[in-house]
Amino acid sequence: MSDHAVFILSAYLVVVVVLGGLTIASLSGRNKARRELAARGLERPREQRAKASR
Amino acid sequence: MSGFTALVARDLRLVWRRPGDVAVVLAFFVVATVLFPLGIGPESNLLARIAAGVLWCAALFASLLSLDRLFASDYEDGTLDLLLLAPWPLELAALAKCAAHWIVTGLPLVVLAPFLGVAFGLDRPSLLALAATLFVGTPTLSLIGGLAAALTLGARRSGALLALLALPLCVPTLIFGAGAIETMAIGKNFTTHLAILAALALVALATTPWAMAAALRQAGE
Amino acid sequence: MADLHFLANPARFRRFSQRVMPSLAFATVLALLVGLYFALVQSPPDYQQGETVRIMFVHVPSAWLSMMGYALLAGLGASLLVWRHPLAALMARAAAPVGACFALVCLITGSLWGRPMWGTYWVWDARLTSMLLLFFLYLGHIALSRAYDDADRGDRAAAILALVGVINLPIIKFSVDWWNTLHQPASVMKLGGPSIHPAILTPLLWMAVSFLLLFILLVLVRTETEIDRRRLEIAEQGA
Repeated sequence: MSDHAVFILSAYLVVVVVLGGLTIASLSGRNKARRELAARGLERPREQRAKASR
Repeated sequence: MSGFTALVARDLRLVWRRPGDVAVVLAFFVVATVLFPLGIGPESNLLARIAAGVLWCAALFASLLSLDRLFASDYEDGTLDLLLLAPWPLELAALAKCAAHWIVTGLPLVVLAPFLGVAFGLDRPSLLALAATLFVGTPTLSLIGGLAAALTLGARRSGALLALLALPLCVPTLIFGAGAIETMAIGKNFTTHLAILAALALVALATTPWAMAAALRQAGE
Repeated sequence: MADLHFLANPARFRRFSQRVMPSLAFATVLALLVGLYFALVQSPPDYQQGETVRIMFVHVPSAWLSMMGYALLAGLGASLLVWRHPLAALMARAAAPVGACFALVCLITGSLWGRPMWGTYWVWDARLTSMLLLFFLYLGHIALSRAYDDADRGDRAAAILALVGVINLPIIKFSVDWWNTLHQPASVMKLGGPSIHPAILTPLLWMAVSFLLLFILLVLVRTETEIDRRRLEIAEQGA
């Protein structure tokens, strides 16, 4: 009975690793995209206006 | 209908000029099949047991080989753009290309496979089943493969991607094709399997031309 | 011009997503804690299966979610092809890896369940094999959508694939079921799971609900990322 615990724990560990890893990756990906967009996106409207006025 | 035959005839003529392309695919089929006894051992009982699956899988892979060129050459030389503007429905053109592919790749496999089946120790009824199932099943492979080719037209790594897309979709055909031969080998009738193979072919015929045309239009834009 | 059309829906989506996310995250964590309590701590009923039924509490919900995920991909695909909804493409890109991960979890937990039950890490039973093929379909969708420099082309090709795949899934399932009965040895392998006992139902449903909430949460987060990435691409092209 107790040796089955290895399998049960491994299964839940896999769940934590895969789904947890996916969650972490998704959140960090979002934050990275947000930072990049904030660094660039704020400039863009000005550029567009500059282009339009030409 | 004349548009359909014209397109098929054109593709056949193109292949006729370069028969090497077809020969390579068939040579691959033979080589791939021969690898299995070399890898597994020449024990005749075992070979007879695995023959159906091995031959069907090899036919599947051989069928896939020539697919990434199916639309690619037309895409590159501008023929695809002409087809997009032609009065025929694009679905028909796609179907014509798959038909040509089947004539050029599927049919020769139907003829060639029984000879290899002999090498695997299949008996007469099984060889018959092999030819019959390939005859009914390879059109489905051409259609599904054609769809995968249309979806990956112009993509990076299109060859491997095409296989990744097509193979799972070909699994039902593989299961019933190989299964029919095994049913024959144990003495039972394989008509149910053949009927299911035919049904799969009809489903493919009913669905893939539209999906292919949609994919080709996306490629043309 | 494409920028304005693009920005209309996704901006609304982003506002919705950010409003919903905190409570959704809270609910997800809560449901997971409750579910894990029931799944791991609560004592199981007397069964032949014993403790290993606990693996089913993650194996079955992940199967459900992976199938739901593919149905979502098909729905989004239809939405993209028929109504040209711009958000559909981005959400499909976001959702595919999530569904694929649930399929992967299902496969690995199924393998770990098989070992104490049947002695081997992999059994070619109908459901696991079908799930394996579903996993391949997911991989195909993910690869195809990213195979083109023109992201739009990739999205629409993947949309066609999702629709073709969803039609094929019942066919694949049927043929794999058939294949399995044909090749079955004398002993019938029933990995179908035990009959539904009320004590089993509670942890199962809690885990299912928490997985569902997690799925939604992940799709929302990833869709936001896809929106931002697409805007970055547009900005780079315009510059």
